[in-house]
Amino acid sequence: MGILAGKKVVIIGDRDGIPGQAIAACATSAGAEVVFSSTECFV
Amino acid sequence: MKSVIKGASYILAHTPDMVLHNGTTQTTERIVNPDSEYLKELPGHIRSYEQVLSYWPNQVYIGNKTPDELAAVEQPWYDKTCDVSDRYGKFGQIMPQEEFLLLMQACDVFDLVKLDSAFVAAHKPALAQNPVMDESILARIGDGIDGAEIARLVSEEHSEGLYHNGALVGCVNRAHDIDVNLSAHVMHENIVSKASSVLALLSAVHTTGISKDEVEYVIDCCEEACGDMNQRGGGNFAKAAAEIAGLSNATGSDARGFCAGPSHAMIEAAALVESGAYKTVVVTAGGCTAKLGMNGKDHVKKGLPILEDMIGGFAVVVTQNDGVNPEINLEILGRHTVGTGSAPQAVISSLVTDPLERAGLKVTDIDKFSPEMQNPDITKPAGAGDVPLANYKMIAALAVKRGDIAKADLAKFTTEHVLTGWAPTQGHIPSGVPYIGFAREDLLAGKITRAMIIGKGSLFLGRMTNLFDGVSFVIQKNAGSNAPAGVSEEEVKGLIAKAMKEFAATLLAQAD
Amino acid sequence: MDLENQKRVKEFAEQYGPENVVVLLGAAEGEASGLAAETVTNGDPTYAGPLTGVQLGLRVYHVCEPEIKQEFDPAVYDDQVSMMEMVLDVDDIVNEMTSIREQYCKY
Repeated sequence: MGILAGKKVVIIGDRDGIPGQAIAACATSAGAEVVFSSTECFV
Repeated sequence: MKSVIKGASYILAHTPDMVLHNGTTQTTERIVNPDSEYLKELPGHIRSYEQVLSYWPNQVYIGNKTPDELAAVEQPWYDKTCDVSDRYGKFGQIMPQEEFLLLMQACDVFDLVKLDSAFVAAHKPALAQNPVMDESILARIGDGIDGAEIARLVSEEHSEGLYHNGALVGCVNRAHDIDVNLSAHVMHENIVSKASSVLALLSAVHTTGISKDEVEYVIDCCEEACGDMNQRGGGNFAKAAAEIAGLSNATGSDARGFCAGPSHAMIEAAALVESGAYKTVVVTAGGCTAKLGMNGKDHVKKGLPILEDMIGGFAVVVTQNDGVNPEINLEILGRHTVGTGSAPQAVISSLVTDPLERAGLKVTDIDKFSPEMQNPDITKPAGAGDVPLANYKMIAALAVKRGDIAKADLAKFTTEHVLTGWAPTQGHIPSGVPYIGFAREDLLAGKITRAMIIGKGSLFLGRMTNLFDGVSFVIQKNAGSNAPAGVSEEEVKGLIAKAMKEFAATLLAQAD
Repeated sequence: MDLENQKRVKEFAEQYGPENVVVLLGAAEGEASGLAAETVTNGDPTYAGPLTGVQLGLRVYHVCEPEIKQEFDPAVYDDQVSMMEMVLDVDDIVNEMTSIREQYCKY
């Protein structure tokens, strides 16, 4: 069984890494439910 | 006719006490963890004015050292001393805190900034020596008030303290008893932004030699908001700063877009000039107190000095085409649109390769890319990596994908078309624009023919949208310019020498 | 990690049960990934946020880690992340994340 399918996913993206929305698209494609997506900024 | 870059100014103000009292990392820590080790250790990591003067990236920012010279210095830079430690540079200056506090008072028109009379007396002569300050500014500085009254204002009237070397030397009063948008905290933040923008405007007038009366329009692109509770972001920083700077013929407005603000503002300025609406437009921004010491916890933990102790500012003068200065080419504009999405490759494509594609150009047709020029000395220890380098890797990867460069030439691309970051992490300040001053010089000298300025902005931080943003534009050699096309004298000499050697070799071979 | 984000992670773990929550990170390098992962497993190492001293032990992965990447639709990953993956030091990220999970992950 996979790690993500059927799970609630919380996303902490990074402006200078991978942004939240991009991760959300991936997580959804794996059958997870994205309950929160945020993108942090250190600059 | 395309507009041109007449010149640019870049200024810094060293504000170590504001790191402690106004940076949000520190103010937040004081609320959630007042007895923390970080707050105890922090004062021991504050740099002196002499240290910030001899800090390599700062000397690049004001134009005394070039990005290429910086790139040749091994990182990290915080433990190295630059061989130039001048306060003034060709683009601007590094102002010490005491003068900056006086300038803040000069920029306050609502009698909100109060300074200790002894402090004013001790430091006003130094400000008077500053070559960009004129009588109109100095005349705005009052005699100051009694120190005891300042202490009372801070303890009883919610005033925001102004400190120098740890001592309370002044305060910013609230402009309203109830309105949070006019609180002492907000007024302090806004007056710092305004004062640093004024210093940038004065420096731009000074470095370009334009007459103050020539400026018809000013666009401010900082990330603060001014207004009262009925119009929180009403504006207008641009006109407020132009007033103090003595740009009497100018009006202006504020452009906002987080870190992408300066690039948006530059495109708007170029469009206003190219259309003929205004002859001279200045794009400016002051700095941000909130971001002082933003990554301080990581810096202290790793034994580094607090490197985010500088308030930044800049101004770019955009004028009608003079046949000499570099042009802003509005035919090559990159736009991150609503539909672009947030995938890093989509963002860079929209800003870099899409506009080049539309213009029939290759990635290698741009001699220098200036994306987000954050100083890696600051960002690497904080876990954000080397931001310009990450941008360059993405651009290079896209260039390979497009077939603009062969995979074998990747290394060459990442040495020739790139810059090493030198700008303080003041949000909008590092975003694309720090290179405009050097780009103008490199284009005038014929070292390069095209530079791309790229601004990116994290709109999602405002919680109004999840979208990212960005725009880019190209600065190019003036079509009417007689500057040599991309080949320096040294290069010509080198080429001739090589040809002569080959000729000699052929002769020798024939003689054999 | 941002204090508001810590608060949300804590709330979601309470609402859905920590065993049902997976945290995905997009940090730019290994150390930052490790710190964020530590925050949602062993508590905020900077002692600043709502997760200070809270050992949620959540499952946490960086989006570029092979074991999580294989669950995504390859076309989506290719569009959204693949090029940034080339820019990041994935080995360093994987090492940091694996170490944190081995120490603190409860699920």
